[in-house]
Amino acid sequence: MLTLATILGIDYPTLWFLVVGGLFSGYAILDGFDLGAGAWHLFFRKEKSRRIALNAIGPVWDGNEVWLVIGGGALFAGFPVLYATMFSAMYIPFMLFLAFLIFRAVSIEFRSKEPMKWWRQMWDVAYSVSSIALALLLGVVLGNVLQGFPIGPDLEFSGNWVNFLNPYALIVGVTTVALFMMHGAIYLTMKTEGRLFAKITILLRRAIIFFIVSFGLVTLYTLIYFPHLTDRFQSAPWLFVVPVLAFLAIANIPRLVAKRRYRRAFIFSSSTVALLLALVAIELYPVLILSTGDPANNITIYNAASSTKSLGIMLTIAAIGTPLVLSYTAFVYYTFRGKTRLDDTSY
Amino acid sequence: MDVEILSRIQFAFTVAFHYIYPPLSIGIGLIIVIMEGLYLRTRNKLYEDMTRFWIKIFALTFGIGVATGIVMEFEFGTNWATYSRYVGDVFGSALAAEGIFAFALESGFLGILLFGWNRVSPRVHFISTIGVWLGSMFSAIWIVVANSWQQTPAGYHVVGEGINARAEITDFWAMVFNPSSVDRLTHVWLGAFLAGAFLVLSVHAYYLLRNRHVELSRKAFKIALGVALVASLGQLVSGHQSADGVAVNQPAKLAAMEGHFDSLAPAPLYLMGWVNKEAQTVTGLSIPGGLSFMVHFDGAEPITGLNAFPEDERPTALNAIFQFYHLMVAFGMLMIGLTVLAAFFWWRGTLFRQRWLLWVFVFMVIVPQLANQFGWYTAEMGRQPWVVYGLLRTSDALSKVVTANQVVFSLIMFTLIYTLLFALFLYLLNKKIKAGPDSHGTIQHSPQHEEMAGWLENDTQ
Repeated sequence: MLTLATILGIDYPTLWFLVVGGLFSGYAILDGFDLGAGAWHLFFRKEKSRRIALNAIGPVWDGNEVWLVIGGGALFAGFPVLYATMFSAMYIPFMLFLAFLIFRAVSIEFRSKEPMKWWRQMWDVAYSVSSIALALLLGVVLGNVLQGFPIGPDLEFSGNWVNFLNPYALIVGVTTVALFMMHGAIYLTMKTEGRLFAKITILLRRAIIFFIVSFGLVTLYTLIYFPHLTDRFQSAPWLFVVPVLAFLAIANIPRLVAKRRYRRAFIFSSSTVALLLALVAIELYPVLILSTGDPANNITIYNAASSTKSLGIMLTIAAIGTPLVLSYTAFVYYTFRGKTRLDDTSY
Repeated sequence: MDVEILSRIQFAFTVAFHYIYPPLSIGIGLIIVIMEGLYLRTRNKLYEDMTRFWIKIFALTFGIGVATGIVMEFEFGTNWATYSRYVGDVFGSALAAEGIFAFALESGFLGILLFGWNRVSPRVHFISTIGVWLGSMFSAIWIVVANSWQQTPAGYHVVGEGINARAEITDFWAMVFNPSSVDRLTHVWLGAFLAGAFLVLSVHAYYLLRNRHVELSRKAFKIALGVALVASLGQLVSGHQSADGVAVNQPAKLAAMEGHFDSLAPAPLYLMGWVNKEAQTVTGLSIPGGLSFMVHFDGAEPITGLNAFPEDERPTALNAIFQFYHLMVAFGMLMIGLTVLAAFFWWRGTLFRQRWLLWVFVFMVIVPQLANQFGWYTAEMGRQPWVVYGLLRTSDALSKVVTANQVVFSLIMFTLIYTLLFALFLYLLNKKIKAGPDSHGTIQHSPQHEEMAGWLENDTQ
């Protein structure tokens, strides 16, 4: 029945898989740069530099986080079984994620409300640590999804939550931190000037090296220990264009940075984020979470999906809502374009 | 303690804490829209100062509201996995609609509301303010729809049996307009207006008593009083509607709210009382046949009592439900009484001479907050033992793989974080109030604002 309901020959669960993928790419691109900017925060020593870096993301970080809320809602609505299994299986990582999310929001909001040095230092540390921790946890979750979970025949998690801290997940986590730090540094080059700008360009070069090394490690680790993730490319070789594009996008970033074309570099680091997630999607599809035991227990987009009726309703909602969201996102970014300057409304 | 009670405590605690903030955002948002509208109309600088002052307080409540709100969305998956599987097909679309239609609007324009004063024209800023406020109103729509569906499920059918049973949507609009959603949404909106209006009243009453920002505070107080008057009177109608809906759709809840046990008797309306669950009696002050009259317009008509339901389908915390419900009603009446009285003095032109009344308003800020909290406790405890009324029991809705230790860990974590958060909130709120709405002449206006100041001069010539 499910496969009968199609648009352009694509069935509804696949369409919704694409929608969720698009939302998480949007989230990773947008919140990625503000988490990355946060990760750099303690590298800036002067009070004014920190304020500029913070206000560079000031008007947009909240809107960026909305993509997580929408992405989470889309996952819940479209694939309730996945949502239930994944979130209850990774209880502790998700609870820590929530804690850091709250700390980060509060730090941004509160740091500049008091002039005392210790107050600002305390919130600066909280802000930077929680930014790094959030990126790391997102990577850890992704790393675990790529490896698969022990799943029972009732499609419930059947392992021990402690196993989530494994080397592969941690390496994916570190790579995510590196990617966001590179992405965030490029964003900051567009928003800063003078000596702070000069400092960020130096940090950016380090970030690029950090990312390329950790990404190389993840790729090697994946190819050696999880060769099943490459099966898709053997059955559909044309998809190989995605990893090729991802590598080209990554390679293009240091080239553009050397030429001081930061805006273009930002476009390419955003594309890198999107292409890497596309790579993940291709490797997994139609599986959402691989069962490390019996493959019959894989959670796929079909056994986890809501009814066709429900997916149809939500596709309508997404079709109406997406242009709206994109238009006011664009409007906000347009309003706050250019270099960040402090005024009496700043953080 | 077992996982069920721990998870219930955690959800109740996180959602109750969260619910301090969104009503303030909705209520203050409405008042900022009015203030900024008056600023654009009159170009009076006092309205500009008060708008900018309340935007700062709005930012504080909004920030904490967002940070504590994502928690609930995640908790459905982490703590209530079986619930998520059961309702995802229906409930999920309301939640997704909230994200995309409401939250994105709100958070997108928030940047302009907070930081755009000097960047965009006054009109564009005003439109952004309206956008943020509407976003918060829309947010309430979808969240209340989702919760109302749990109270009065509609537009679905159940597929599968036993542990594989789940609800599937059959009619989106029947789900949205389920029997209780409109009544409850109105009730929530008005409650939110009251929470915001009474905070504004409290702060400006304080300034008036301290002889600070007098001219500005008089104007602001009147704006908030207008909102509070309309909202508290509206709540009378809306509250009655909601209770009527409960009588039809969730009779066990109504019986618990009024401590009514006997199925065949007309029910009295209690003004206050104490429920003895074992003896099935209520000791207190009542109007005989009052509840029957409210529901059926006939004091002799019987009301379905708790004994009409099997033991395992009745709410358990009877006295708590009774007390929370009656306190909410009492607080509602108190708000009506005070706002009507203040409006009378306003009409007589002696409002700002009633210092005692202004003092009362300073402390009244807590009352709508308590009324909102107690109303929700009544609604949620009254729905027990069901998480989805008549369909899914709370005890069946848990995550099977989550252990008590894990929940203890997260519960301690949330308790610590929220205590800190609340202390910081009060500290900063107090600080902002102490600082007051003075601009100290430091505002750097955008060219568009300068242009508007130009009109002002032309007008006065």
